[in-house]
Amino acid sequence: MNLLGKLTWHAIPFDQPIALVTGLVVVLALGAILGWITVKGHWPYLWHEYITSTDHKRIGIMYIVLALVMLMRGFADAIMMRAQQTVAIGQSQGYLPPEHYDQIFSAHGTIMIFFMAMPFIIGLMNFVVPLQLGVRDVAFPTMNNVSFWLTASGALLINVSLVVGEFARTGWLAFPPLSEKAFSPGVGVDYYLVALQISGVGTLLTGVNFVTTILKIRAPGMSYLRMPVFCWTSLASNLLIIAAFPILTATLAMLMLDRYLGFHFFTNDGGGNSMLYMNLIWAWGHPEVYILVLPAFGTFSEVVSTFSGKPLFGYRSMVFATLAICIISFMVWLHHFFTMGAGADVNAIFGIASMVIAVPTGVKIFNWLFTMYGGRVRFTVPMHYALGFIVTFAIGGLTGVLLAIPPVDFVVHNSLFLVAHFHNVIIGAVVFGVMAGYTYWFPKAFGFTLDERIGKAVFWCWFIGFYLAFMPLYVLGLFGATRRMQHIPDASWEPWLIVAMIGALFVLAAIVLTVVQLIHSIKTRDQRRDITGDPWDGRTLEWLTLSPPPHYNFAVLPDVHGEEAYWTRKQTAIKLDRLIDEPDYKPIEMPINTPTGVICAFFASVCGFAVIWYIWWLAILGLIGAFAVFVWYAWRDEHEHVIPVEEVKANARERRRIRQEHLQSLSQSV
Amino acid sequence: MDPVGPVGQAEKTILINSTAIMLAIVIPVIIATIAFAWWFRRGNTKATYRPDWEYSGAIEMVVWAIPALTIMLLGGITWIGSHDLEPSKPLPSKTQPLKVDVVSLDWKWLFIYPDQGVATVNQLVVPAGVPVSYRLTSATVWNSFFVPQMGTMIYTMPRMTTQLHLQADKPGVYDGLSSHYSGEGFSGMQFKVHAVPPQAFAAWAQGARGSQLKLDGAGYAELSKPSSYVKPITYGAVVPGLFDAIVTNRVPAPAVQHNKPISGPGA
Repeated sequence: MNLLGKLTWHAIPFDQPIALVTGLVVVLALGAILGWITVKGHWPYLWHEYITSTDHKRIGIMYIVLALVMLMRGFADAIMMRAQQTVAIGQSQGYLPPEHYDQIFSAHGTIMIFFMAMPFIIGLMNFVVPLQLGVRDVAFPTMNNVSFWLTASGALLINVSLVVGEFARTGWLAFPPLSEKAFSPGVGVDYYLVALQISGVGTLLTGVNFVTTILKIRAPGMSYLRMPVFCWTSLASNLLIIAAFPILTATLAMLMLDRYLGFHFFTNDGGGNSMLYMNLIWAWGHPEVYILVLPAFGTFSEVVSTFSGKPLFGYRSMVFATLAICIISFMVWLHHFFTMGAGADVNAIFGIASMVIAVPTGVKIFNWLFTMYGGRVRFTVPMHYALGFIVTFAIGGLTGVLLAIPPVDFVVHNSLFLVAHFHNVIIGAVVFGVMAGYTYWFPKAFGFTLDERIGKAVFWCWFIGFYLAFMPLYVLGLFGATRRMQHIPDASWEPWLIVAMIGALFVLAAIVLTVVQLIHSIKTRDQRRDITGDPWDGRTLEWLTLSPPPHYNFAVLPDVHGEEAYWTRKQTAIKLDRLIDEPDYKPIEMPINTPTGVICAFFASVCGFAVIWYIWWLAILGLIGAFAVFVWYAWRDEHEHVIPVEEVKANARERRRIRQEHLQSLSQSV
Repeated sequence: MDPVGPVGQAEKTILINSTAIMLAIVIPVIIATIAFAWWFRRGNTKATYRPDWEYSGAIEMVVWAIPALTIMLLGGITWIGSHDLEPSKPLPSKTQPLKVDVVSLDWKWLFIYPDQGVATVNQLVVPAGVPVSYRLTSATVWNSFFVPQMGTMIYTMPRMTTQLHLQADKPGVYDGLSSHYSGEGFSGMQFKVHAVPPQAFAAWAQGARGSQLKLDGAGYAELSKPSSYVKPITYGAVVPGLFDAIVTNRVPAPAVQHNKPISGPGA
């Protein structure tokens, strides 16, 4: 028996210069960052304030940092694919052989959905939901930290595959029988499966955490129909996580049993059935789309309302539409494979069910329009994204309904038309949504706003880049161009592919400018301090507290008297020209930091790596380690620390002083 | 989007009609978005600011009704279209359809003509103006049979059979491909469809029977070895029942080593 399982020096891609150099650059960059942190002595700060933190705001920030890093990784894959398709036409095979190109598109999809979009959305929910609900933390703060680290563990394993071994060449959903051992004997699919299983546990725990938080922990007076729409969309999204992610876990587990133990769930022989996998994976996969997009809708609702200076139009309609989408999204999975030949009745019913989703979605668009109507619209960066979203999403919705008509899908299924459609909704709604949310809530997180001018440049690069990159793909899809082609058969497609390549360069500029904006904004933060905690003239409770908020968010949980808790309170204060009476401050109990999450994720990563490479002794060691961490955690003596009343009082009085000054400046200007 | 048969033509019509119906809403929405945002910009003193206007029953009714009515209309189109264009439904025609059995292999297409007793690889010859009835399967992993100009694509799946009916109205050479990713050689799964006049088809079939190549157990074993960008091949004879043998896994699939080997013609 080999102590290192399948792992040998051959796992390092010495013969593939592109992969090797990329891997080396990543390793060196990572080493440089870690070295810089060590030299500067930032480790204790990072350890106490972020890595072991149970503060939902800090965990939210870590999620978003992970998402931004993974955005760069996923985009590097994207631009390599665009470049390959631009050159690999006619006689030329391009610079990427199939075995490498196939890994790249598989990694692109997997990373962008699981490790870019999901962490970004979950990061925003983490940061915003407890603040909007007017509470101090989520229901299970330690579990929240564990969730993050398990997600990070999955992301780590996916990126290890860049240097050690290979990644899956089976597309982002790893359809069998191609992903079965008979056709994909390498470790690529195992990297995919193990990484998603580990991060999937993290995501499921997040779902449990947020549903509990929203249902059970809200400020006094905040009934369901007084919750901000972002909280409603987060609730819907997390309900979908709880319902859908177990399906993913079970499906991937069955594929693992096939691969590791010779089961026959989805194999060609032994009574396996690969259609079953197709159904199961989309029973998760379609709700997943709404898990991502609903919180983005929520973000736009907040942004449009705030920057129009009006309450959200048709609040109850919006809530109802959100829940309708949440439920219907579970009944449409079959539209991902109309071309399986299921029969006319089945196809028609699922086609119509899919279109029905367009009704509540259309209502949402109209309600955003009427929120602007009669408002005073401020063209800030988040508002740019909101407007860009409505325009882009209307087009994406149109092509989505087209794809839901089976006879139309019969000619554009799996084509570049489909690729253009889902990028249209994922970039147009999810990416624009998280970028709007990132800009909108950044000052709340760090106490200063992001540079407005660079922010607008980032928006325009994304906007123009999206249209240039994907409108040509719609056209090519209608010409019959299918997706995942390492080589382009028809030379007449070249001009369209060149335009798409230029679009990708615009997106590259957007990503580079995002980094520039962050660095520039940090350097010049003193000019853009958010002193009052309410930089946008906001309407929901997160703007009641200072920026950045204290660990406990609110010295006293706010009393809620309407749909727009903070706006009502602010208007009353302006009218009466005074703040509410000083409440009675009490000491606050907050959960203590814990290294449980990071240690558990360390063992999970070790175990995962060992399973991928068949190093069984190490896998058992990793499992025991992860379990031992929880036993150790369960026997802890201390779970909370108390913030003394003097400290609470001092902070609260400072906030009142700032607000008093702000109030005076407001009444003078009126 | 240059259909050459009734299926592709009908699908194009549905695509264009549905797009037109939706554009009737989408374009006004896009214009209204820009118009509302611009007119109600903060600097515009002429616009009325109504800071508390957040509900109107009449507008709510309209915004639910517009998408709902559109979807009812499109839903009707969907129901009718799905039934009219169901891939397994034979095409209305006075002519008897030609039968073709399609097998996707790693990474090429095998077309078997059961009535003519011939087979081809990566080249599909069909009579123009005659409906063709396809039975499809895969010997290895999933693929999808697609000739964009003729219309409807359909999956080829191992151990399963799908059915498809297509027709090319006019003679010509059309591109065909696999539209479901199937591994390394996927990009090389292109083939040509030659739609020829019916007399020419009969002549071609006659000529094909003259080919020395035979698709028997050994010929199939040779063919099923993974290869891509394969040049067209014509087989003058085919073992009877080969398609059904592939569907029921009675021939050795290339990547699955432990299946029992074929035991002779008609096994």
